[in-house]
Amino acid sequence: MPPIIDHKKCNGCQGREESFCEEACPGDLLYVGADGKSHCHAARDCWDCMSCVKMCPRNAIETRIPYQLGYHKARLMPIMGKNNITWKCTDIHGETITYKYRNRLEVADEQGGSS
Amino acid sequence: MPHMADNPLTLDAVETVHVTCDVLIIGGGNAGCFSAVEAAKLDPNLKVVIMEKAHIMRSGACSAGMDAINTYIPDGKTPEDLVRWCRSQVGGGPIREDLALSNARELNESVDDLERWGLPILRDAEGKIRYRGAWDISIHGEQLKPIMAEKAIEAGAVVYNRVACTQLLMDGERCVGALGFGVRDGKFYVFHAKATINATGGAAGLYKSYTADATDSHHQIWMCPYCVGTGYAVGIRQGAEMTSMEQRWVATRTKDFCGPVDTISVGYKAPIINAKGERIMQTRYAHLGGDKAPRYIRANAPMEEWLAGRGPTYCDTRGMEPELAKQMMTDYLNERPSFVLFLASRGQDPVKEPIEIYGSDPYIVGGHTQSGFWVGLDRMTTVPGLFAAGETAGGNPNKFVGGCAAEGKLALRGAMAYMQGLALPEPDMAQIEAEKARVYGPLLHDVDFDGLRAIEMEERLQRLMDEYAGGTSQFYRTNEERLDYALKHLAMLRSQTVYLKAENLHDLMSVHEVIDRIDVAEVLCHHLKFRKETRWQGWQTRSDYPEIDPAYDCHVESRRDMATGAIETFTRPYEQIVSGDRYKP
Repeated sequence: MPPIIDHKKCNGCQGREESFCEEACPGDLLYVGADGKSHCHAARDCWDCMSCVKMCPRNAIETRIPYQLGYHKARLMPIMGKNNITWKCTDIHGETITYKYRNRLEVADEQGGSS
Repeated sequence: MPHMADNPLTLDAVETVHVTCDVLIIGGGNAGCFSAVEAAKLDPNLKVVIMEKAHIMRSGACSAGMDAINTYIPDGKTPEDLVRWCRSQVGGGPIREDLALSNARELNESVDDLERWGLPILRDAEGKIRYRGAWDISIHGEQLKPIMAEKAIEAGAVVYNRVACTQLLMDGERCVGALGFGVRDGKFYVFHAKATINATGGAAGLYKSYTADATDSHHQIWMCPYCVGTGYAVGIRQGAEMTSMEQRWVATRTKDFCGPVDTISVGYKAPIINAKGERIMQTRYAHLGGDKAPRYIRANAPMEEWLAGRGPTYCDTRGMEPELAKQMMTDYLNERPSFVLFLASRGQDPVKEPIEIYGSDPYIVGGHTQSGFWVGLDRMTTVPGLFAAGETAGGNPNKFVGGCAAEGKLALRGAMAYMQGLALPEPDMAQIEAEKARVYGPLLHDVDFDGLRAIEMEERLQRLMDEYAGGTSQFYRTNEERLDYALKHLAMLRSQTVYLKAENLHDLMSVHEVIDRIDVAEVLCHHLKFRKETRWQGWQTRSDYPEIDPAYDCHVESRRDMATGAIETFTRPYEQIVSGDRYKP
């Protein structure tokens, strides 16, 4: 049933023309409804790529594996840093593993500084 | 849905946006972004436009990220060595060695570009690139797509996000741009260009996935399900010559959740085993190279075990050092993060339990196998003014990320050379109006119109292809009679596209996607029918012609007869350019 949007946390990225999750979805599946919250209008078509989960600034979205394929309930949440990403994964037995690694190199900008 | 325009009440109510440019790039993915960067390098005054169906920052095949670049030429090896490997991976070819060699010569520079732009490539303590096989290197590519997109935008390309391509704009036999519609704003777009680079993704979703019965996320498939073959379809409809469409990409993937397997079997040397614990590559496929057997052999092997009653099949990760296992999971997080979630949802620790594997549904992806447009060294298709790069360009398998990037540059250079001194003719308004009417038709039916939803036709198509054109349920096998049945029903599907209806703009996109898939599927079936042999088991298996026939040691080609609409098939000879034994790397 991916993606699950926590409407207590979601504010529809107020002030943005497109919410971050809408922008991220390669399948054009997410939209902000009249309630000002994000919704997925075709959960069937979701690819589970987790682009929307990574982009949400309020950690309001999680991907859930369809029950046909995976048991209730595991959780995987990314925390996006400037040049790194941290993933917290909890399995159905409650065991949590954290993965942290660099996802961007420091790149010198044209002025010779560091961006 | 506030960000989706209301349906137009009439065709006249649809606004048309005209955009004129020097180079139009269809698809802002890997190849497309590299074309845009190359354009700025060669001529900063060039007006470059990218037409992107989603949003360029997280679109298409690279949207979830990547864990490896499968081809980067190490010190001491040459582009010719890479072509030899590439040729051996498709059972000795036939491949377009001229194309493969030109990509190989550009390859490392493109990967170096990515690293300069901020992509982490894993290196050892001495700073040397860490290889995980003969040619592939590990990356932490979670940000791969945003990194490429940022560079295309910095290069000055004007990006039209949320515009789906539906047709090429033609001036007689010359391509002068493309047409499409805004999936959010509902406007009709006319991109008028001196040269057009077709850099869309491949075609996923032609076949049924065995997880298609899932209520949610039914696309547990490997290629991005939103890459539907539009790039091929728009060329097919203009009579472009297509090559090797019968060489489908079928991959070994994790079972029930289509995650990458080469990561474990090659990168972490976890052997493929069957239900009895037999190491199947070493025992049954030793004569074909064992663990280093060509990709199609490795893809087909687990399914042969299932068919023979020796499934399930696994990658044996048991006993892996915990630190190494964590590294493997990090690789997954970079490319298919939800696979880590999938394992957690099974409560599975791969160190204690092996990872189950199975065959994927078949795809048409010219960056992996060699299906796509027949192109020249300049990457121009047989339609003048239309260039192809990445997944759409055929003849040259095993391009993957680096090779597709390299090809984006080559196609741009080809386009630049072609454009010199060429004037842009006035656009043909009759053609534009006809396409506009075709595009919006499904949205303009009366409310009581008794029609079909795109999903219904998509499911009919996928079921048909699965059962009759060699899908997963048939262990990739097909024969003459099944292909005739498939072609008969594909013609019926095409005749029924007039019944397609759309409720909103998102639906309208789905309608045009299913039409594109039907056009690609038809050409694919003609190619499968023509090759009366089995050259690449799994990728192309004919149960009625189970052996290799030397008579088919050639490229199988097709094109639509523009007068009759029929697909004609013919051959082109294979030319060996790089010396050596074709069957050995």
